[in-house]
Amino acid sequence: MEQGTLLDEALGSLHLSGRVVLLEDCVETSAAFVLHHILKRSLSQPPHSSNVVVFVAFAHPFSHYDRILRRLGCNLVVQKDNNRFFFFDVLVDCPDGEEGKNSDGGLVALYGKIQKTISALPQENKNCITVMIDDISLMEVAAKGSTNLVLDFLHYCHTLVSEFGCSLVMLNHDDIYSDTVRPSLILQMEYLADILIRAEPLATGLASDVHGQLTVLNSGKERSRNKLSNFQFKVKENSVEYFYPGSRT
Amino acid sequence: MSVTKTRTSSFSRNFASANSSQIPGLKHGPNGTMFISSGIPDLDKILGGGFSLGSLVMVMEDAEAPHHMLLLRNFMSQGLVHNQPLLYASPSKDPRQFLGTLPSPAVPKDDKSSHRDPDQEKGLRIAWQYKKYFGENQHSFDSQGGKHEFCNEFDLRKPLERQFLSGKHIDCISIQDSPNLVTLNDRCATFLSQFPRSDGSISSVGRIAIQSFCAPQCEFSNMEWEMLSFVRSLKGMVRSSNAVAFVTFPPNLLSPSSCKRWQHMADTLLSVKAIPDEDKELEKLLTGYQDMVGLLNVQKVARLNTQVPVILEATTLSIKLKKRRFMVLECLNQAPIDGSSGSSYGTTGSCSVSSKSGTLDF
Repeated sequence: MEQGTLLDEALGSLHLSGRVVLLEDCVETSAAFVLHHILKRSLSQPPHSSNVVVFVAFAHPFSHYDRILRRLGCNLVVQKDNNRFFFFDVLVDCPDGEEGKNSDGGLVALYGKIQKTISALPQENKNCITVMIDDISLMEVAAKGSTNLVLDFLHYCHTLVSEFGCSLVMLNHDDIYSDTVRPSLILQMEYLADILIRAEPLATGLASDVHGQLTVLNSGKERSRNKLSNFQFKVKENSVEYFYPGSRT
Repeated sequence: MSVTKTRTSSFSRNFASANSSQIPGLKHGPNGTMFISSGIPDLDKILGGGFSLGSLVMVMEDAEAPHHMLLLRNFMSQGLVHNQPLLYASPSKDPRQFLGTLPSPAVPKDDKSSHRDPDQEKGLRIAWQYKKYFGENQHSFDSQGGKHEFCNEFDLRKPLERQFLSGKHIDCISIQDSPNLVTLNDRCATFLSQFPRSDGSISSVGRIAIQSFCAPQCEFSNMEWEMLSFVRSLKGMVRSSNAVAFVTFPPNLLSPSSCKRWQHMADTLLSVKAIPDEDKELEKLLTGYQDMVGLLNVQKVARLNTQVPVILEATTLSIKLKKRRFMVLECLNQAPIDGSSGSSYGTTGSCSVSSKSGTLDF
């Protein structure tokens, strides 16, 4: 952790407070491992033992993340008990099951819950909160395709970012929008994002040694200059190897 | 022969010993998952053991050919052979009729012995002192035979016997006349409530098979968001129960972005393609072209409880029918280039193929 991988280097400052991070991936290459990495990073950084993560899961149940994070060396159950990890399972308790609330897909209620959780936190925890959403495309499905609802939700989350200095990390699949004429959702999200991480397969196809490449666009707040880094990765159970193209022997 | 090794880590537990679980048709997989068989031995091996319990399997159909039905039939038959409850939804008027076309498991003993005998005799004639090795061979064969409980080979020309169909475990729904997806969703929910997931022993396993989900004869086929939210809720429900949902759909009837969403939601994504009948060029390139009935593309392999992607050596496989009865999957083999044909050296086969159709990879 301390020496930092290429990804940590590209993400910049040790904690992401006040930043919006957008992960984009496609069917061939999943960027979920970056999400796990950031989750682990925000929970296990030694100088910030007061870090809190609020995780909104549309894609997988808790057991999935728990097992993965345990491999990475982070026990989510313990963190949950210590009130440092809040997990919202929106996978099973499907919002459209309730007949009356069909119009908003349960997103308003979900935001209410997130806000309540955050405002109930003790003061010393309030400045390093990470809100993570996995993933936005399923949130869109929950909202029955209403882009505006999702965007409203994200804007509200963004106000949390500025109010409390939280960071917001969200995953979306950009190949969904690749042949839409005006993909307003993904464009707005990219506009919101301070750090954009895109996972793509190699042009030559997937190999067992190289699982894909990451492009990290870090538009620092204080610097006007964008930092662009590009490297390849190989995902393993307990770590991810990052390397520059061609640098592996 | 036909199968690519998926992933071997030196630290993986040897599950062969822990193979025998309390119910037939279940196998331990990595990361605390359980596998059930797809009904095609080769496909199981390619996917690393089978379909994971709790996963959503989607098959993209070919518009012109019914190859997805091969996969669907074997999936359903395998479940019935293991006495697993089945929910089958189809856009036809009478879905129960389809059960009559399900294949029957082949009798392994006959087939095996008839296979083995000539080999053995020949071997003995050549070198009798190697007899002990044949003994070992047989032994491994037998252990494989034991494993066959997990996955049967199905004889596509023999219909499934009545005894498997008469069970009360089979639920059939026609999705043709329902104006929306509420009924289907409810049926799936009640079906899946039989198999709640709890840490501990698994008492039974369910299979859901949905054929041609967005077919145009269904009234809801133009309600893309409704279908998406059904798939999402199905995925959520299956994930929290001991069941596998197998959904086939014609992708070209969906809008491109919606189709991508479906693909993202699938845990395991397969696609099938017919191969043109008299494609001379392809015939020259691939060995065994005459026996192929189609191509299977493995686009995504479920990774529940893990972040490591499964990288297959070959994602495109040919579907062949062995003796017109058994479905086998094989890697594509490039035929040796015929020197006498006088084609120029520069135009190698793989080049012309990849330019012709991007779906083939070597």
